[in-house]
Amino acid sequence: MRRALRSFAHFWYDFVVGDDWRMAATAVVILAVTWFAAHHGLNLWWLVPLAVVATVAGSVLFALRSAGERRGDR
Amino acid sequence: MHEALLVISTFLASSVEMVEALTIVLAVGLTRGWRSALLGSGAALVVLAAVVAVLGPAVGHVPLAPLRLFVGALLLIFGLQWLRKAILRAGGLKALHDEDAIYRTAVEQARTTAATGREMDWYSFTVAFKGVFLEGFEVVFIVVTFGASAHQLGPAAAGAFAAVIIVGTVGVVLRSPLARVPENTMKFVVGIMLTSFGTFWGAEGAGVRWPGGDSAILGVVALVALSSIGLVLVLRRRLALSEAR
Repeated sequence: MRRALRSFAHFWYDFVVGDDWRMAATAVVILAVTWFAAHHGLNLWWLVPLAVVATVAGSVLFALRSAGERRGDR
Repeated sequence: MHEALLVISTFLASSVEMVEALTIVLAVGLTRGWRSALLGSGAALVVLAAVVAVLGPAVGHVPLAPLRLFVGALLLIFGLQWLRKAILRAGGLKALHDEDAIYRTAVEQARTTAATGREMDWYSFTVAFKGVFLEGFEVVFIVVTFGASAHQLGPAAAGAFAAVIIVGTVGVVLRSPLARVPENTMKFVVGIMLTSFGTFWGAEGAGVRWPGGDSAILGVVALVALSSIGLVLVLRRRLALSEAR
C-alpha cells in the first residue's frame, strides 16, 4: 500500500514537475507574489512573463553548465 | 483568436502524444498480433474518456478566478518542463526524440517476450494499454486544463479529437511509425503554447488585469517564443565552441 502510494506520488511529481524542481518552485513563488500584489492594488502584469523567461533561461544554462562539468571542460 | 490558439495547441499536443502511442501499438500489433494490442488500446481509451467525462463537467462548477490560478499554475509548471526539454533537444544538449529507434526497441522487446496464453496475449494488451493510457493522459491533462481555464472544453476537446482521428488514420493506412512527422518541432511549439497559456491564465487567476485584455496572450506567446529561440541559438553556439576546442 505504502509502495503504491509512493509510486503514485512519484508518477505525479515526474509528470508535472519533471527534471528541474526549481522551475516549479519559482513559478509558485512568482504567482504568489503576483496574487499578493494584486490584492494590495498593484497590477504587476509584467512580472510573470519576465520571471518565466528568466526561469527557463536559468534552468537551460544550468543544464549546459552541468553537461560541461560532466565532460570536464569549463 | 484565443479560441483558434487553444484548438491549435490541443491539436499539436495531441498529435505528438498520438504519434508516440501509435509507435508502441504498431510495434506490438505487427509483432505479436492485433487482437490484444487493439483491445489494450481500446481499454485505455475507455478509461481516458471516463476521466474526461468526470473531470470535465466537475471543473465547470468551480469559480473561474481560483480555478484559473490553480490550473494556470499547474499548466505553467507542466509547460515549463516541456519547454525546457524542447529547448535542450533543439539546442543539441539532449537526444532528439526518434520514433524509429523507439519502434525498433519495442519490436525487439515484443519478440523476445514469450506469449502468455492462446486466447489473450496479456503482454500485448498491457504494453498497448500502458502506451495509450500514459500518452493519452497528457492529452487529457492539457484538454481539461485548457478547457477549464478558458471555459471552452468543447473546442479544446475538438482539437484533441481531430488529432486522434488524423494520426490514427494515417497510422492505420501506413502501418509504420510516423517518423517523418516533425515531432521535435511540434513539441517545441507545444512547449511555447503551454507555457504561454499557463503564464496568461496563472497571472489572470492571481488578479492581474492584462493590458489589451485577451489579446495580450499574443504578446506572451511572442515573448516566450523569441526567448526560447534565443536560448536554442545560445546553446548551439556554446556547444559548437566547446567542441571546437
